Amino acid sequence: NSTLVIAEHNEEQLAAVTRNAITAATKLGGDVSVLVAGSKADKVAAEVSKIANVKRVLLAKDAKLGGQLPERLTPVVLASHKQFKFSNIVAGASSFGKGLIPRVAAKLDVSPVSDVIAVHGADSFTRTMYAGNAVTKVKSLAPVKLITFRGTAFEAAADGGSAAVENAPSSDIKTDTSEFLSSELSKSERPDLGTASIVVSGGRGLKNGENFKLLYDLADKLGAGVGASRAAVDAGFVPNDMQIGQTGKIIAPELYIAVGISGAIQHLAGMKDSKTIVAINKDPDAPIFQVADFGLKADLFKAVPEMTALLSK
Amino acid sequence: MRVLVGVKRVIDYAVKVRVKADKTGVVKDNVKHSMNPFDEIALEEAVRLKEKKIAKEVVAVSCGPTASQETLRTALAMGADKAIHVEVDAATAEKMEPIHVAKILAKLIEKEKFDLVILGKQAIDDDANQTGQMLAGFLDWPQAMFASKIEPDGSTHLKVTREIDGGLDTIKVKLPAVISADLRLNEPRYATLPNIMKAKKKPLEKKTPADFGVEIKPQTETVEVSDPPVRQAGIMVDDVQSLVSKLREKGAIP
Repeated sequence: NSTLVIAEHNEEQLAAVTRNAITAATKLGGDVSVLVAGSKADKVAAEVSKIANVKRVLLAKDAKLGGQLPERLTPVVLASHKQFKFSNIVAGASSFGKGLIPRVAAKLDVSPVSDVIAVHGADSFTRTMYAGNAVTKVKSLAPVKLITFRGTAFEAAADGGSAAVENAPSSDIKTDTSEFLSSELSKSERPDLGTASIVVSGGRGLKNGENFKLLYDLADKLGAGVGASRAAVDAGFVPNDMQIGQTGKIIAPELYIAVGISGAIQHLAGMKDSKTIVAINKDPDAPIFQVADFGLKADLFKAVPEMTALLSK
Repeated sequence: MRVLVGVKRVIDYAVKVRVKADKTGVVKDNVKHSMNPFDEIALEEAVRLKEKKIAKEVVAVSCGPTASQETLRTALAMGADKAIHVEVDAATAEKMEPIHVAKILAKLIEKEKFDLVILGKQAIDDDANQTGQMLAGFLDWPQAMFASKIEPDGSTHLKVTREIDGGLDTIKVKLPAVISADLRLNEPRYATLPNIMKAKKKPLEKKTPADFGVEIKPQTETVEVSDPPVRQAGIMVDDVQSLVSKLREKGAIP
């Protein structure tokens, strides 16, 4: 049994979700190799080689791999698989992993398993369906298991390894059908939602985008990331990449503070695995109170500044 | 340009699904079904391409049981010109995986020429998010997943803005290509009564997986479907002061 983890990165730094995927990969049994493919990628390969339980780092460095398009990465993954005959090829269940893994699966004629939240053995996994309203245990009969792992369901693999970095087998990368043009990543001084240990999140109750300032002030006191419900995003208060829920990001921080969020099923799917949940809402019947460890029925426009002020003391 | 759009009949997004007592799946009988919301967005985009004279014909396809024809009629009422129903019995439909649908679509595309395929990024029943990527893999076509904006770039390429973690990116793909629709791509129209009436006269072709030489052989067995763990509601606190002290007691905040 052996596993290839496809590293996600920005040429400088490994994406946090890859460390979660490495932990999940170790649960499959056998050796773990990590493929780092990119235009520069050396720095990332060096970072990966220090992660505990990683046996081998395969480095594919090619200018054509900048932007990491799935059409170009697929032959690289297949060439590595041809040489090492992995039992599993996996990645984090991010937009990167979800884009790539099924394409590779088609090339190997196998059925992938998406968004796995628990590993019970080499071929037995748990995943969710219906926006988290049903939990399914599946057995994969596929000769090679192509899996994406939900980051929040697995611990991040820590440093402590010293894997050898070797060049990945060469492959024919075609560049004529797709091209990466640009990316617009939201710049924020606050921690990334996926990795923040505290997240403050706002809903329709905030009434407009300017009022999110209240949440930013609170978040800055707590060193927290800031998210939003789909209602707040749809109303145009904040950009979509702040959206938490089934159609946005699925997160599980240590502390989640939901402000002016009613708690629609679709939102709960994105945050209900948080360790401690706080809900501040003026509607005592809001469903968010049913999942909150601490509920406060209050006007958020009074309660949030009061909380920010209290934390300054 | 000929555009193919995949549509799936799923339990309506507003229905609270219930897991069956025998843990084999979720209750589907007497439950409202609709077109997968992401597929509605995919279809809307295709119809808009036709309205802008970029696309000539929009064909909707659905793989599923007889009832999938309702979904195809909705697609026709929303503006598709023609529908193809790849029919399987209810038991087979339960076992169908994205790989099978992707194979059927790939064979269909080999038989009839299409320049663009638009699918929803995922179906809200199995939440697999695989069919578009697999189809692109089978066809060796470029893929633009999670699209929030599609613009023609000359007559041979499309510029697609995609929703990715942490923001957006823009890629250029050469036609033919596979696109998957994300939430922000557009707001689908409602089918109007006159269009629903008109849709009854539009062609709906019936096929089976065997017509495409595809065997529905599952590679994933469902062992058990269960309810998610229930989170116990905690306590209500009286004011901000007690909220902060409770959180401090728990060590959740400094």
